[in-house]
Amino acid sequence: MTADQATKIASITIHEPVIHKTPGGIHPPDNKQQSLQRGLGIAPLPEKLVLPLNQHSGAPATPIVAVGDTVLKGQKIAEPSGSVSAAVHAPTSGTVTAIGLHPVAHPSGMNAPCITIESDGKEQWCQRNPVSNFTSQSPQTLLASIRDAGIAGLGGAGFPSHIKLSAADNGQAIDTLIINATECEPYITADDQLMRSYPQQVVTGIQILAHILGQPQRILIGIEDNKPQACDALQPHLQSTGIQLAKFPTKYPSGGEKQLIQILTGKELPNGRLPADMGIVCQNIGTVHAIYRAIVEGTPLISRITTITGDACAEPQNLETLIGTPMRHLLEHCGYQAQAGQPVVMGGPMMGFALTDLDAPAIKTTNCLLAPSTAEMPPQPPAQPCIRCGLCAEACPANLLPQQLLWHAQARNHQRLQSHNLFDCIECGACAYVCPSHIPLVQHYRAAKAELRQAARERIKSDRARERFEYNKQRKQQAEAEKAAKREARRIAAEQAKATLAKTHAQQEQTPTEQASDVVQAALQQVAAKQASPEQQRAKLERSVNSAESRLQRLEKKLAEGQAESSDAPLSEEQVSGYQAQIESARLKLTETQQKLKEFNNGQQTNLEDKVTAKVLASPKQTADKKVASLQKRLTGIEEKLAACDDDDLRQALENSASKFRSKLQDAQQEASALAANSGNDKPVTDPATVAATQQALAANKQKAPLTPQQQVERLQQRMQKAEERLATLSDPVQIDALQTSLANLQQKLADAQRALENP
Amino acid sequence: MDRLYDMVAQEPLLAALYALVGLAILFGGILGFAAVRYKVEGDPIVDQIDELLPQTQCGQCGHPGCRPYAEAIANGEAINHCPPGGQDTIDALANLLGVESIPLDAEHGEESDVATVAYIREDECIGCTKCIQACPVDAILGAAKLMHTVIADECTGCDLCVEPCPVDCIDMIPVTTTIDTWSWQRPGLIATDRQGEVA
Repeated sequence: MTADQATKIASITIHEPVIHKTPGGIHPPDNKQQSLQRGLGIAPLPEKLVLPLNQHSGAPATPIVAVGDTVLKGQKIAEPSGSVSAAVHAPTSGTVTAIGLHPVAHPSGMNAPCITIESDGKEQWCQRNPVSNFTSQSPQTLLASIRDAGIAGLGGAGFPSHIKLSAADNGQAIDTLIINATECEPYITADDQLMRSYPQQVVTGIQILAHILGQPQRILIGIEDNKPQACDALQPHLQSTGIQLAKFPTKYPSGGEKQLIQILTGKELPNGRLPADMGIVCQNIGTVHAIYRAIVEGTPLISRITTITGDACAEPQNLETLIGTPMRHLLEHCGYQAQAGQPVVMGGPMMGFALTDLDAPAIKTTNCLLAPSTAEMPPQPPAQPCIRCGLCAEACPANLLPQQLLWHAQARNHQRLQSHNLFDCIECGACAYVCPSHIPLVQHYRAAKAELRQAARERIKSDRARERFEYNKQRKQQAEAEKAAKREARRIAAEQAKATLAKTHAQQEQTPTEQASDVVQAALQQVAAKQASPEQQRAKLERSVNSAESRLQRLEKKLAEGQAESSDAPLSEEQVSGYQAQIESARLKLTETQQKLKEFNNGQQTNLEDKVTAKVLASPKQTADKKVASLQKRLTGIEEKLAACDDDDLRQALENSASKFRSKLQDAQQEASALAANSGNDKPVTDPATVAATQQALAANKQKAPLTPQQQVERLQQRMQKAEERLATLSDPVQIDALQTSLANLQQKLADAQRALENP
Repeated sequence: MDRLYDMVAQEPLLAALYALVGLAILFGGILGFAAVRYKVEGDPIVDQIDELLPQTQCGQCGHPGCRPYAEAIANGEAINHCPPGGQDTIDALANLLGVESIPLDAEHGEESDVATVAYIREDECIGCTKCIQACPVDAILGAAKLMHTVIADECTGCDLCVEPCPVDCIDMIPVTTTIDTWSWQRPGLIATDRQGEVA
């Protein structure tokens, strides 16, 4: 220790620490004597130890052992997960028998994940690393050791100690270290007992803290004046350490961190700020002792001092308790007699909570087990309406307005609760203690706080849901827009494709249309070429008539041949009927074609041409038939005349002509029948000479038709000239006479034509 | 200056008229400037209403999400169409909009005390992605033909995924209170209030 430090410490020790006044507070009977009569006992080793993974505030630790593992005393069995977390160590040697849910000390009475160790009773230690001279260690190393030892605030909150102590390491200037030895709550004497039993260790622990925090200017032990023995025990060890013992009058709740800071420094911790922000670090004295053990002895936090008290316990006392010892085990050791309807409270009578299951283990924050008798802690009388007496406001150590908070809590007016600083309430219970209406105010505030926290959580969740929903919506809209864009693109592409197609079509169509029209015209021409002139049509029709006729004749002949008895192959009846049917159809065909021909002839102008053609091209059979028909007609006429005639001469002449006609008819019939018999040769006239003549005649006739009057006149004049020339050469008078007649005719015609030419 | 005084003295009516017209133009200008300069973007009342709605996005109000309902409320729709928000939300809306608080419209559903969260029985999931498409807050994870699962922290318990599931493997399970989410309950009614309740 340097001379400077010595002078500084000496100068500090001269001045007694100033004690500041704090608002509110109450003075309940402290009931601390009961548990201080028997000194510090040691809780016997239980058969089974249960170690909850979350004995601290923050994230639960992660187990690093498995069921069936053998563990040694002090061996780490769960690692801290995250920064705000603390390790868990095996309090004794034994076997891990279970890792799972187990009842724990929690106001909810719920189960929590725990590691259960069955002790083997050997108390076999693991390897420990004690540090003999902590000043040679860097604060970082010491902090790591503290973290490794799983030390969390032993005062009640269970906040991991290394976080609080790393303030200086994080660059915050710490000028005041406050050790909380207040222990203001009635019944609890664990810290008192600790100071009495281990004063030297506690002081060394404080020195370790001071070393870690960079030797703060002021180191104060805050202690109520109801612990004179503890003060006396500590005082000798504080000489020339610079550590001051700050004694102040007993008042509940002076032990709250904020209250203690205010008492010792006069500074009020602003809402939402940490003591480190004001250069202050506050640690519970139990924690200090745990740190001493962790550093100097190398022992992790596996035990603590717990006060077992209350009138239900025959031997109330403080016990050195292994963490994880079932409450029942501790209580039974102190002669606990269960009283009907009376709870066992963990913590003090003001801030503790009733245990629902005594199998729950003692944890790092179990400073007191209170088993009160009915007389000691009678059931809460029924609450009465608030009479607005204002006692609660006077008792409140945080300068709040408890009755206003009550109204707003009942009305669930979250805004007003927050504006009345509900979260500054330390839930000390002073207001409820003084309330003449026995209103469970703290419970109201706890519920209201929970509701506010829940509302905040829900707001965060709803904000996130809103964000996600908006994003979801946006994404869907985007997808929809993309889809629509794609659809539009497709549509446009389709339209373009259509347009291009139409264009190419149009281009192609111009050529093909021309081509097509050409084709059509060609076809039409072909058809026109094929579709012949009326003559050809007629010829065609006639051909069909002829073929029909010939077919008919052929069939008839075959039939006749078949039916003839002399035939070599007489026809069966079926064949006969088949022939007859064929004949019938051929006959029908014949009539049909004849009809067609007739129609055609009627439709056409029956001109000379047709007549000529008909006449010239008629088949011999037709001619013969016609001849027969006309002869018969004439014969019938003569016979009629003969029948009607009574003149002998005339009868004779008629009979002569009739016999002539009969013979002629016979001849004609014979010729016709011969022709019919020789029907295979029944063909239209094909004699080239005849055909040529006919065609010539036809051409002439054709030429004649479209002649203009002028041409007619010229033609006639030519003919007249020819006729006159011929007339001059002729000598036969008969011919001359005939020519002259025709010449007269021509002259007449010429005159007509000339008239027509002149008067069109 | 003298002429001004003369005018005020001789033509008080005209002078007053000039003065008033001048002031009207001046203040009109100031108001016009303020209207442009301090223009409030958007419709803050919709945001405020949306803030109060529970953001379950369940559509029970008949709108596709909470914000559309907030817009509908701003346009005069009844404030009691939100079953997940329940009476608390209706009260808050009534307080915000300065209207009378009304009970929840049962037509849109009943208020449930128990918060639920969707749970997919993963063995039965066929990976059809229908629930993923139905989820308004993208709280379901999975891909086609692969098992899906619900991100419980993001699930709003809106029920919308239950109906589309072709194999009915989605359950709405109540959110259980754990030791971490447990909270103190408010104390029961005080004696006199209890008496009042009975009478």
